Amino acid sequence: MSQALSAAVRHSHLSVLEAESIHILRETAAEFANPVMLYSIGKDSQVLLHLARKAFHPAPLPFPLLHVDTTWKFREMYAFRDSFTARHGIKLLVHQNKKALAEGINPFDHGSQKYTHAMKTQSLLEALALHGFDAAFGGARRDEEKSRAKERVYSFRDRHGQWEPRKQRPELWSLYNGRIDAGESMRVFPLSNWTELDVWHYILKENIPVVPLYFAAERPVVSRNGQWIMVDDERMRLRPGEQPVQKRVRFRTLGCYPLSGAVESSATSVEDIITEMTESRVSERQGRLIDHDEEGSMELKKREGYF
Amino acid sequence: MAAEIQVQETTDVQRFLAEHAEKELLRLVVVGSVDDGKSTLIGRLLYECNGLFEDQVAAVKRASAGGEIDFSLFTDGLRAEREQGITIDVAYRYFSTRRRKVIVADTPGHLQYTRNMATGASTADAAVILVDARLGILPQTRRHAYLASLLGIPYLAVSINKMDLMDFDRAVYERLTTEFEAFARTLGFEQVRYFPISARTGDNITQPSGRTPWHDGETLLGWLESLPHQRRQEDASFRFPVQYVLRPDLDYRGFAGQIVSGTVRLGDEVVVYPSKRRTHIASIDTFEGRLDEASAPTSVTLRLTDEVDVSRGDMISHVGQPPVALQELEAMLVWFGEERLDTSRRYLVKHTSKYVPAHIEQVLWRKELEDLSEVDATSLSLNEIGKVRLVCKRPLVCDPYRDNRRTGAFIVVDPLTNDTVAAGMILGGVGGEGTQEVRSLVTAEERRGRLGQSGAVLLLTGTPEVREAALRLERTLFDQGRHVVTVRGDAESALALAEAGLLAILYTPVPQARLSLSQQLRGAGIPWLELEPSEPVEQQVRRVLDAQEKTS
Repeated sequence: MSQALSAAVRHSHLSVLEAESIHILRETAAEFANPVMLYSIGKDSQVLLHLARKAFHPAPLPFPLLHVDTTWKFREMYAFRDSFTARHGIKLLVHQNKKALAEGINPFDHGSQKYTHAMKTQSLLEALALHGFDAAFGGARRDEEKSRAKERVYSFRDRHGQWEPRKQRPELWSLYNGRIDAGESMRVFPLSNWTELDVWHYILKENIPVVPLYFAAERPVVSRNGQWIMVDDERMRLRPGEQPVQKRVRFRTLGCYPLSGAVESSATSVEDIITEMTESRVSERQGRLIDHDEEGSMELKKREGYF
Repeated sequence: MAAEIQVQETTDVQRFLAEHAEKELLRLVVVGSVDDGKSTLIGRLLYECNGLFEDQVAAVKRASAGGEIDFSLFTDGLRAEREQGITIDVAYRYFSTRRRKVIVADTPGHLQYTRNMATGASTADAAVILVDARLGILPQTRRHAYLASLLGIPYLAVSINKMDLMDFDRAVYERLTTEFEAFARTLGFEQVRYFPISARTGDNITQPSGRTPWHDGETLLGWLESLPHQRRQEDASFRFPVQYVLRPDLDYRGFAGQIVSGTVRLGDEVVVYPSKRRTHIASIDTFEGRLDEASAPTSVTLRLTDEVDVSRGDMISHVGQPPVALQELEAMLVWFGEERLDTSRRYLVKHTSKYVPAHIEQVLWRKELEDLSEVDATSLSLNEIGKVRLVCKRPLVCDPYRDNRRTGAFIVVDPLTNDTVAAGMILGGVGGEGTQEVRSLVTAEERRGRLGQSGAVLLLTGTPEVREAALRLERTLFDQGRHVVTVRGDAESALALAEAGLLAILYTPVPQARLSLSQQLRGAGIPWLELEPSEPVEQQVRRVLDAQEKTS
């Protein structure tokens, strides 16, 4: 009898990935004094948060969420963030780089590199230092980008929040070395082994809510450098000759609206998205303007402390 | 809800989703020397299994010289690697086959191969070793195969690459496979298969090659799809290292962790280690609800029928299938540290979910990787492998690595630099499994009887005034007739004093030290209590005495 049973309980890769991620979440929560979960409101964040709720059920999450807010996210993202965290009673911290805001740093005048450094990297480091967080979960996956493919699950950061690829700790079995000295910290990536397809499949299986921007709808966009950029509010600076047009588009990856390229699509459900993904094989980060600043640009950002 | 309406009409996407959901995970490590064609092989597997996106393919097509795609460009890595022409680290790649989702650990063949290969191989279910048909079996090939077997990888594919450059000559292939076979017999793989391939031209990788009619036709990909899966984990003895105690309210006390092997059912009789208390499984909880049974590798939360004291680092197993508790043990070590192994130094061993202080008493021998002989050694340096005798401060509740890759493995951490300096695989106890050295002829009960108290560590951390708080507490407890002592910052000393029956007040003004101190105390199996320095001393004393009553 037991043989028939164990044959029935074959574990699919999604359940293996889920168990591994939960293991990582619990390990970090147990070993660090003051962990935090970075929350960017995107699909990976939603999956990570869902896994965290599973890991500590029936207890509440033993750490807060932190949204590093550039103030340039899509309006729908802010609305989703506030309603979702309120509904589930999740403690959310929001951090903005006030100094950079006061200096008027924005994605139009300062270019994506300077803007990202100030509003994301600097802002994140500021927030981590302010609260004294010693571990920060992130939803990054190794299939996203070349330098991510080499990153550990436990990614050590020095006193300045910097990543040094040559100083990565070897990571064997499921034995994560979380020991750090004062001022140092760890970025922890429980979704390391997930792919974009796994994430969508899991969202479907677990019925995880995501920001509606992932689904196709008529949206006002302008074409810039081969990308459709959505005109989300009155702050959008149109270039001479640019006239927003209504297009049926959706986003594969969400960031700051002036820097997130939309794709033309008719996918209005998670099933549609998965179908579309298997037909079109374009990587999701193609729509991320900040990755293409220059060769190896993600790696450089990470070295500076970008998550 | 949709399922009721449309049972018949499964659309393509539903069929695809169902297939995708049933895929099994396979972890693969690909190893080879620098120019054996490893990147090309991985690039081709990704390309032919749709593991790549169109923009990535387009970028590589642009970068490839001539009309042909240079598959090796798919796996190029870090900026620093490109700049210096060296490979720094393991990269992980992902692709799917009809039945499997495959995670490939792409390990560099360069100087640091041992450390990086061990990282990639530690979790792998199968290994692919590349042999350049022109160069034959090299010492490097033997080293890789030895490492793969040492790390317990059951399945090995020896791929004789660049057969196109040898005119797909059967004699060449057979000479190399015969040579390898003679050597592999000593290594104890469950299965070794051989493939004549060309990664560059795609022969026998995902498609059978017309140019090797003498080969049985199996492709590397076909082999990967056919491998038995997860066979050991579920049928092995049940092992559950406790990771986290969930106490949302007074009525709920659950022990969260991942089932690392075996299966557990509701009502099973279990033993909690190291206390060896017996109890039963009252409930197997998940977010979705309770289960009747769960098996590896699921992460669950267990509740027990009795109020047993269980904390992080403890292990739960079935009655009748006990792990061993080893304090002195023999293990194979792969040394990663920039500094040589030092037998006079203290290290920390991380095993399942706990850290235990340890020292490496003796290096028994070192593996000579040129010819795989065992040579005398007193130490190990970077990338060396050897058999050692390890003495831990407290027993590891474990299994030999050959029986269980999760409970038989550990890492060694240098407590000064926090670096991971070695990976370890438990062979067994010294002089037979399960032996424990008698460390004292005086028992804890006898000490308690004489001193009228049980030893414990009282931890005070965080504020600049913590020293005053510690001294005040010491004075007050002493005045009340307790045997008490104050220690600054050193968990090891505090634990030794507590073991001797004293109340050891451990304090540190560094707030960040709290974490590592409590980790060490937690792993020690000696009662400890964290106190708030700002609390009035009477309240602190009351908490200490309450805790004392509970332990005695």
